[in-house]
Amino acid sequence: MAGEDKKQQPFDSKAASSLVAELRGAFASGTTRSYQWRESQLRGLLRMTDEHEQDIVAALRSDLGKPELESVLYEAAMLRNSCKFALKELQRWMMPEKVKTSLTTFPSSAEIVSEPLGVVLIISAWNYPYLLSLDPVVGAIAAGNAVVLKPSEIAPATSALLAKLLGEYMDSSSIRVVEGAVPETTALLEQKWDKIFYTGNGRVGRIVMAAAAKHLTPVVLELGGKSPVVVDSGINLQIACRRIIVGKWGNNNGQACIASDYIITTKDLAPKLVDVLKNELETFYGKNPLESKDLSRIVNSDHFTRLTKLLDEDKVSKKVVYGGERDPTKLQIAPTILLDVPRDSLIMNEEIFGPLLPILTVDKLEESFDIINSGAKPLAAYIFTNDKKLKEHFVNNVSAGGLVVNDTTVHLAVHALPFGGVGESGIGAYHGKFSFDAFSHKKAVVYRSFMGDAAIRYPPYTNGKLRLMKALLGGSILGILRALFGRS
Amino acid sequence: METRGDLEVQLKGMREYYRGGNTRGASWRKSQLRGLCRLLEEREAEMNAALEFDLGKHPVEAYRDEIGGLIKSANYALGCLKGWMSAKKAKLPLAAALTTAEIIPEPLGLVLIISSWNFPFGLSLEPLIGALAAGNVVVLKPSEVAPRCSSLLANVLPAYLDPKAIKVVEGGPAVSEQLVKQKWDKILFTGSARVGRIVMAAAANHLTPVTLEFGGKCPAVLDSLSSSWDREVAVQRIVGSKFSACAGQACIAIDYVIVEKKFSSTLLELMKVRIGKMLGENPRESRSMARIVNKHHFLRLKTLLEDPNVKASIVYGGSMDEKSLFIEPTILLDPPLESDLMQDEIFGPLLPIITLKKIEDSINFINSRPKPLALYVFTHNDSLRKRMVAETSSGSVTFNDAMIQYMADTLPFGGIGESGMGNYHGKFSFDTFSHHKAVLRRSFLVDFWFRFPPWNDHKLQLFRSVYLFDYLGMLLTVLGLKKSKQG
Repeated sequence: MAGEDKKQQPFDSKAASSLVAELRGAFASGTTRSYQWRESQLRGLLRMTDEHEQDIVAALRSDLGKPELESVLYEAAMLRNSCKFALKELQRWMMPEKVKTSLTTFPSSAEIVSEPLGVVLIISAWNYPYLLSLDPVVGAIAAGNAVVLKPSEIAPATSALLAKLLGEYMDSSSIRVVEGAVPETTALLEQKWDKIFYTGNGRVGRIVMAAAAKHLTPVVLELGGKSPVVVDSGINLQIACRRIIVGKWGNNNGQACIASDYIITTKDLAPKLVDVLKNELETFYGKNPLESKDLSRIVNSDHFTRLTKLLDEDKVSKKVVYGGERDPTKLQIAPTILLDVPRDSLIMNEEIFGPLLPILTVDKLEESFDIINSGAKPLAAYIFTNDKKLKEHFVNNVSAGGLVVNDTTVHLAVHALPFGGVGESGIGAYHGKFSFDAFSHKKAVVYRSFMGDAAIRYPPYTNGKLRLMKALLGGSILGILRALFGRS
Repeated sequence: METRGDLEVQLKGMREYYRGGNTRGASWRKSQLRGLCRLLEEREAEMNAALEFDLGKHPVEAYRDEIGGLIKSANYALGCLKGWMSAKKAKLPLAAALTTAEIIPEPLGLVLIISSWNFPFGLSLEPLIGALAAGNVVVLKPSEVAPRCSSLLANVLPAYLDPKAIKVVEGGPAVSEQLVKQKWDKILFTGSARVGRIVMAAAANHLTPVTLEFGGKCPAVLDSLSSSWDREVAVQRIVGSKFSACAGQACIAIDYVIVEKKFSSTLLELMKVRIGKMLGENPRESRSMARIVNKHHFLRLKTLLEDPNVKASIVYGGSMDEKSLFIEPTILLDPPLESDLMQDEIFGPLLPIITLKKIEDSINFINSRPKPLALYVFTHNDSLRKRMVAETSSGSVTFNDAMIQYMADTLPFGGIGESGMGNYHGKFSFDTFSHHKAVLRRSFLVDFWFRFPPWNDHKLQLFRSVYLFDYLGMLLTVLGLKKSKQG
């Protein structure tokens, strides 16, 4: 059982290697391939989440100070929905997809068969430790793979809970949890996997991909970036601000890969925008946000130090127009807004991942697109506008993993949309059927009969054969007739 | 020879051209695809000459395996482009009222295509078709091992395509090394797994997504076929595809044949006859078979046959001429499985026949080896067919034929495990060079008032209903008729 692995033995390369060998044996036996197995495991995840919701809430409170509502909605409920959607669609996903064949391969029939990749490694992040561990697992199981999950050690209560619960609810011959930090992750990355799914930052993402390259292991990397919010005038500013606020501070206090990182708006609109944000923030979190129970805390002192450094940089410290208070004992920083920060400040050059919201101002909103496109492609980008032209320009010209018009972050919950980055924000995507596909090999299968062979394909080569071949490849019936009946 | 500085300046210029939006519109993409079609039409003779020079290919082989396929693919892309470029609507649940969701494909940006020497035009231009259809700017690095073809591409592409958007960089490993160190938005590499690892490791530095097309030892499993017609056709397809496509130097060539011991002598006789008919007395003269690409590969193949146990298993052919780099079609019967011949991808006109007691044993045989790019099975047996698909893993499976899957526009072409990652051809080419961007549009009009803090149990209960898409529950809670779950 996974929980028992936490004896004094270090999880080293040898342990990792025998774990993989064990799971390969399990996979080779065919256990994970049947519909029944996949369905039973998905139901197991569902039951587990239902029966232990309060334990999950408690672990998240311990690891992150996460408010109960966020834990229930953004982690437990979303994971439940993922399971349910997969259960509903699984049979359909598992069916081969028939494809049309053309004259060039006539007569033939063909299909694309989805098969499991084999033994996969999922490395998850600390900010949504329950969801980001299990959502990929849903895809891996649905696709029929054996799975090793390595939860983040920065959320230790959730990591331990996952190890315990998965050991109880899942088939441990094929689904295992390895807890630990850098040494354990390194040992795991040395092994040959059939896929590695990593959620985290770009620096470690590069390490993961380099390790995968040694074994030619395909990867999905869910990273992050600076997700901008462009705010136009002529909109319902109150609704926009509420949506921005809940998407930022209402999402693990800004420590979310698709939280709004910074705002771009016009010099004209900025003062009004700041006012509305201040009002709404006070409505949501009160006059003393450091005391609010509705905000996650900063996950640990490393990140607390990192964030205060961003806040206290000379260029930026005087730009705070709201908030700025911090409590090191509680590891809490109040929702903070900064106005007109310089583009070369620290806060504008790394993903903030915290409760600080800088606002950049421009003369004309069209300038915002160049600002966004001059940086690394983010995981998400948002715009609030009623201007149709601006909307379309944004959608067609801003490159990011995903875009939302007139809201933030909600695209995460839509199963029919692929969730993933581009460029620095990641490789590959998942959610819904995209999860199933991410963990599948799409195998082309062609059925030919022994009839209707064209000896024209083979030597000895003649002009007649060439003409017929040209006609066949060109797909023209007339050409074929001509070639068949014409002079050679 | 370009310096690194030159290269970086060129790439910078290409990125700016891309950022200027020049390659995004359908009309630009179509003009590039049409340019390729014209090139293939107008330069067929020169391409044939280059293939003859580099590989000794016959024009019909060149057309069948490269030029014809490219014309087909370019026309297919032209016909499908509008559909491929269009946004796809995504289904939303009712709770998401007044919201629309779609997936919009967009180009990745600046992409690198590194191609191989055995189908120097096919493996350069087939990916190029996809990259251009998807609206990218492209650097193409053809293989230096097929130098005439490489220089023809370098000379001719600028005349038919937008030179600001498509550049050909020629050179050997040193140039490739320089290239892969740059920051690309995508790399598509065709070649060996050894070099593929180096490419992926370099790509990792920039988080560049890759499609890697390798090969492997592609087995052909030949079941007993009762009808002599079927046997003839099977042998024709096996022998034809192995020897007439670049003399076996193909990633999807049949590497070896598996047959039940009791049929091996029949098979051998059929093969000998077919080879004679197909390739004639003097295949080198008639160019019904390509030659080995260069001395390095010739010696590699020669060495494979020098192993005394391997040599002893030769039952047909075996003669080689170093001067003309020609190896005649060679069949071996049960060479030792630990020999290099049976461990490495052969990539040449040597065809081992491996005999097993029962044809079903071939499944374990195949599974105990790295996953190949293609698996070929000749059989009428429905249950064997099903088992082959379900119990083995390979890039693709083709029943009763070989190599033909390459020409299908609707099937993904790519490997798994040691045979590669990712795929292309047809729409898969377009997709592999695109980013599928999720776009969600909301209205200001509708929101769940309970979306926002401060939080309380009432709001939580409402959310529970929403997430279950339990509209009735939601209504009841709003009306105060349903209590919250927690006390």
